[in-house]
Amino acid sequence: MADRYIEPDTPELRARWGNFAWTEANAAKAKDIIARYPEGRQRSAVMPLLDLAQRQVGAEENTQGWLPIPVMEFVATQLDMPIIRVVEVASFYTMYNIAPIGRFHVQVCGTTPCMLRGSDDIIAACKARGMKAGHITDDGLWSFTEVECMGNCASAPMVQINDDNYEDLTAERLDVVLDALAKGETPKAGTQEPGRHTVEPSGGPTTLTAMVTENHDYRGEW
Amino acid sequence: MALADKDRIFTNVYGYQPWNLKEAQARGAWDGTKDIIAKGRDAIIEEIKASGLRGRGGAGFPTGLKWSFMPKQPPVDHNGNPKPSFLVINADESEPGSCKDREIIRHDPHILLEGALVAGFAMGARAAYIYIRGEYIREAETLFAARDEAYAAGLLGKNAAGSGYDFDVFVHRGAGAYICGEETAMIESLEGKKGQPRLKPPFPAGAGLYGCPTTVNNVESIAVAPTIMRRGASWFSSFGRDNNKGTKLFQISGHVNKPCVVEEEMSIPFSELIEKHCGGIRGGKENLLAVIPGGSSVPLVPADQIWDAPMDFDGLKAVGSGLGTAAVIVMDKSTDIVRAIARLSHFYKHESCGQCTPCREGTGWMWRVMERLRTGDAAVEEIDMLFQVTKQVEGHTICALGDAAAWPIQGLIRHFRPELERRIAEAGNVAEAAE
Repeated sequence: MADRYIEPDTPELRARWGNFAWTEANAAKAKDIIARYPEGRQRSAVMPLLDLAQRQVGAEENTQGWLPIPVMEFVATQLDMPIIRVVEVASFYTMYNIAPIGRFHVQVCGTTPCMLRGSDDIIAACKARGMKAGHITDDGLWSFTEVECMGNCASAPMVQINDDNYEDLTAERLDVVLDALAKGETPKAGTQEPGRHTVEPSGGPTTLTAMVTENHDYRGEW
Repeated sequence: MALADKDRIFTNVYGYQPWNLKEAQARGAWDGTKDIIAKGRDAIIEEIKASGLRGRGGAGFPTGLKWSFMPKQPPVDHNGNPKPSFLVINADESEPGSCKDREIIRHDPHILLEGALVAGFAMGARAAYIYIRGEYIREAETLFAARDEAYAAGLLGKNAAGSGYDFDVFVHRGAGAYICGEETAMIESLEGKKGQPRLKPPFPAGAGLYGCPTTVNNVESIAVAPTIMRRGASWFSSFGRDNNKGTKLFQISGHVNKPCVVEEEMSIPFSELIEKHCGGIRGGKENLLAVIPGGSSVPLVPADQIWDAPMDFDGLKAVGSGLGTAAVIVMDKSTDIVRAIARLSHFYKHESCGQCTPCREGTGWMWRVMERLRTGDAAVEEIDMLFQVTKQVEGHTICALGDAAAWPIQGLIRHFRPELERRIAEAGNVAEAAE
């Protein structure tokens, strides 16, 4: 199991987050989310609501967002659930940050397919910038986690930074991405390999070549 | 014989063209869905059975047969009201090496949505929940948008696609737990709980999501269904060997010149898959060390045994491994093979849900021993002890995560025992010299 620790529930934390409530836009989203599940099963919405709450916290403090205990209590009230049932969901699923986090959460995949393609170099490049697990850099920009397989194995190695993936990395390509993010720019997501589109063989697809230039309909050839 | 482009189901797998409804329809998605549904539940299930489609999520259970387990008449609750049935589509793709469902969802989501309607109708489901892994953030955005397009066009919802059948599709995002790919853990997670697997029986077809009849299918199994219905079971079963029919998305990662995802015929020999699509092994055929042919849970296969093996369920079983999700992890001779497997042990330690003691304690214990074997800081007897412990974990847990943690280590010991012994001997020599 993953080693994770919940940020302690202190008076300061309560003073900062005790009055948490949805923004107008998020209140509408929450209503829409709860409607996805049958009558009486609103508890199913706990995962999407925790995600929404984490994003709202992130928007308020300009970070990736995390879940202070008072915010979890707010979600529990919304769904009429005991608080412990919310906390155990938040601590079970690793995408909920249960401690403060930086502006950018650099999640490097280190599982075997990425390891074989050089994720050691990617991790070293992150460490060279002062990133380490469970720590926010002094400038508040970077948090770092070595994560398990992210499902980008055919374009490994990769990192996920907040909502975007950067694939086919080298240490140099990662530096370009991180520098751009630090400057407030939006680097191109996806593969960083010049000339590669997505997960076709590098240099051009060996199949479905007609699709490259036109929305080909193969039904006429059946 | 190679698979022709016209026989590929996922024609936009590389995303050169837009995923949107208009373009997807121009490629053949949502073509005659109403007529497929008009054939009736039994006819669809029979056609899928006849096609030989086996589940694409790893276990390879015949898909048509699975659908037929759903009740024809809905069971009633304690008030005498009929219970709805659900289809749950497993898009929690997290098996190391697997990256195919992502391509379907972000580049061709409409064939998945159409498949949801066809499959949902065939099993009498009221609605489908697509459980997509939390890390697929942009992919989920595409899926939500595609779903909205389908609703706006009347393809889902009331009288879906003009079929007279009411069917809803909802998207549910996970949040980073591999175990939710296990079907009963996925159901728990959908109900808003920790993703810890349930004991079976009762099986989901009897009591699944919210206690209602439920079938859980992989994305690829669902997405191929409409094309099979359009082109016929005999078309699909013309590919691959007996008992291993159809086309399949292969995902090749690791030490090949050009890693990629590609749809090919089942039973394609490993060598052909690699030479044709991946530009060969890095450093040439002679440089191949071993292959994990079906995602991290299956045992590795040494180079000499994998080269000519047909890539299908039976062909890989014959070399002591499995097709799994067809996630092919290739390792050349530069690989630290013990570290490669130890890293997988770390993965299983990280992802164990903590419910069953053999897995919760065993995965951590196995990983720590693997780390010592990596550096040779162990005794030779510990190799057998580790093997014995993997056997004590395997088969003694509620779900298959314990088995999945055990098999890669068993494969390593079976095929690379001399390497483990060499490291122990070398580390021992260093220690003696230091004294």
